[in-house]
Amino acid sequence: MTVSGAGRLHLAVALDGAGWHPAAWREPGARPAELLTAGYWADLVTEAERGLLDFVTVEDALSLQSASRHQADARTDRVRGRLDAVLTAARIAPLTSHIGLIPTVTVTHTEPFHISTAIATLDWVSSGRAGVRVKASARQDEFRHFGRRTLPAGPQAASDLFAEAADYVEVVRRLWDSWEDDAEIRDAATGRFIDRDKLHYIGFSGRWFSVKGPSITPRPPQGQPIVAALAHRDVAYQLLASSADVGFITPGDAASAAAVVAELASLQEAAGRADDPVQLFADLLVFLDDKAAAAERRRARLDDQAGSPYQSDAQTFTGTPAELADLILQWQSAGLTGFRLRPAAIPHDLTQITRALVAELQRRGAFRREYEAPTLRGMLGMRRPASRYAAVGAPGEASA
Amino acid sequence: MTGKPVKQVHLAAHFPGVNNTTVWSDPRAGSHIEFSSFAHFARTAERAKFDFLFLAEGLRLREQNGQIYDLDVVGRPDTFTILAALAAVTDRLGLAGTINSTFNEPYEVARQFATLDHLSAGRAAWNVVTSWDAFTGENFRRGGFLPQEARYERARAFLATVLELVDTWHGDEVIADAASSRFLSRAGAGKFAHTDNHFDIAGQFDVPRSPQGRPVIFQAGDSDEGREFAAAAADAIFSRHATLEAGQAFYADVKGRLAAYGRSPGQLKILPAATFVLAPTDEQARELAHEVRLQQVSGATAIAFLEQVWNRDLSACDPDGPLPDVDPEPGENITARGRASVRMYRDPIATAREWRDRAQAKNLSVRELIIEVTGRQSFIGSPATVAATINEFVQADASDGFILVPHITPGGLDEFADTVVPLLQERGVYRTEYHGTTLREHLGLEAP
Repeated sequence: MTVSGAGRLHLAVALDGAGWHPAAWREPGARPAELLTAGYWADLVTEAERGLLDFVTVEDALSLQSASRHQADARTDRVRGRLDAVLTAARIAPLTSHIGLIPTVTVTHTEPFHISTAIATLDWVSSGRAGVRVKASARQDEFRHFGRRTLPAGPQAASDLFAEAADYVEVVRRLWDSWEDDAEIRDAATGRFIDRDKLHYIGFSGRWFSVKGPSITPRPPQGQPIVAALAHRDVAYQLLASSADVGFITPGDAASAAAVVAELASLQEAAGRADDPVQLFADLLVFLDDKAAAAERRRARLDDQAGSPYQSDAQTFTGTPAELADLILQWQSAGLTGFRLRPAAIPHDLTQITRALVAELQRRGAFRREYEAPTLRGMLGMRRPASRYAAVGAPGEASA
Repeated sequence: MTGKPVKQVHLAAHFPGVNNTTVWSDPRAGSHIEFSSFAHFARTAERAKFDFLFLAEGLRLREQNGQIYDLDVVGRPDTFTILAALAAVTDRLGLAGTINSTFNEPYEVARQFATLDHLSAGRAAWNVVTSWDAFTGENFRRGGFLPQEARYERARAFLATVLELVDTWHGDEVIADAASSRFLSRAGAGKFAHTDNHFDIAGQFDVPRSPQGRPVIFQAGDSDEGREFAAAAADAIFSRHATLEAGQAFYADVKGRLAAYGRSPGQLKILPAATFVLAPTDEQARELAHEVRLQQVSGATAIAFLEQVWNRDLSACDPDGPLPDVDPEPGENITARGRASVRMYRDPIATAREWRDRAQAKNLSVRELIIEVTGRQSFIGSPATVAATINEFVQADASDGFILVPHITPGGLDEFADTVVPLLQERGVYRTEYHGTTLREHLGLEAP
């Protein structure tokens, strides 16, 4: 396998329910009664794969959707109810063959051991296309759903949640490495199935948990599946710098994108990770139509139906696929690896991305015309790393 | 059998795992981790119209004498994740996962089972197990927090809480009516507040009601407490009783406990695990069974077994020689960790005495003795013999069917599907097509 894709444009879509706009489920073509079915998700991811996208992310949380950031609401006019994202990704994996699958996982209330084996398994069932987007929870209601501790308060609260997330990722990653690639030997002569010297205790001990290891799951095809996180500000940038392969950021223009790129570079330098740069994807919420005016009208109609303009944490783009291609290529030069597009309404904006936008970028020679690598790491131009526990120069070292 | 209605046989398949049943050294043995193995196994089970595929659990690699145990298959996938993927390559087969109630929290497990049930259109089952050991706890946030005697109490509370969570949605909430802009028929779906000795949680559950409403519930413990737990709350019990008489005793005991909970005998299926060896003739099958036992119990494996009972290092012992004179080390088993089977030998010194006497009387080596005293195959014979025996067990109320554990991965079920299943179908005691779409329907259970 050759390292491909470095310096080239990468595109992903963020899937959530009927689309990101709260009125999207009422649009023509929406399938709001099918949001909890495998067929719905299979169709979306198959469409994304048809557009040769790098990966999809699947949103998730340990609480019902809400217009409030801290508690459930009593609305009945918006999509409520969802499926576990890791299981949804696993359900789709055997039905697709190229696209990366990055479910969201809340790290604050879950076990790093379980999530490490779950994502390793997602990597096995997808033959090397797994990732995980980690998310810290600061929602009061989610703490109550688990009842094990209370939401931290005070000036350190946010940085503690992100520091715990960093510890969590460290444990997940060590567990992925805890089996060397060639640990399974099936040596009939000695009766040994594994060479236990190639299985390693991870011995992690931190402020929030200690985990002994090794994993119960053999090292996954990618060695290290992709770890991603969404970051809007300093404490979250710190997590990207220390722990992530891929970062989703929310700049408002090319200059602010460049500023985040520079900030991350300096944080990574400080974290001793300068030679392992996190790949930054800008998030954009998109309303796409063949005519810019049509996109504007559709956005206005959706806002009207929702009762108020939708405020996204990401920059909103409203226009034609060609205009979006202009913006993408302009912003990319700020040092971005790619873009994670949030379709305002599904299927409309999803197919505008996978068909019109992709075709436009291909016409400009800016986007792939076929999948060029069999794994998600390969697609992102990242080598398969050797296990951190493998003896230097041992067989099984970086064979990507 | 006068007047007694003919029972239908239930069959399920256990993906062979981390134990010495699995003959990994066989040339036909495939991967235990690649998805193609799981997919092959699941498709065979579905082709044979089995009720479900079953996965066990192990959250820490087993150790012996302070080292990772290396003689059996090691390594397994995450249960929920692999079952969700298998839902994509099957249409009717139930998907049963073992998930423990100690190192998980109800909100997360409830949403995982509800999700699996949605994504499989009603095929999810949960084998509720308990564990308490600090050894496994070293992989989890809370460590060995649970006293052994509290494990069933936590399991009961955990199960009740999960069921309470999934029941917070009734199935009529999601209407998704664009015209009236009503996605939900009412606000407040999913609301819960639960407090007991183990859990103090409240809020709103986030997965609307799944096709089966609740996952089908299995229980696997054989203790008195385990049987009572099953009688109170389980839809099926996964037992280990290999002989007709032991099976009948267990069956009568467990079914007899149901009335106290207002349940009828049909509401709990009894499905022992069973291994099998097939050959064209019974004689050939017996020979083959012996060969398989030799593969399953190598000299090293025999010594390892002995150490588990003796609770001490016996690496100097010759597997082809006599049993050791020294007695087992009493007390907590520190030799073999992460292994449930050591608890079967409640009085190791008596066990050792019995084995020594038996070895002496029959002139058996360590390896020969271990082959005798551990896990002989449940069904050995021609397809006709095995089909007849399985049917006999079911009609004689020794079980309602079996969870089959092949010794070859992933193809070990194929021959059973091709040769035994058609004979059971000819007898009219086994389905030729699935009649329903959900696992609950396959098992003949009522909707909750």
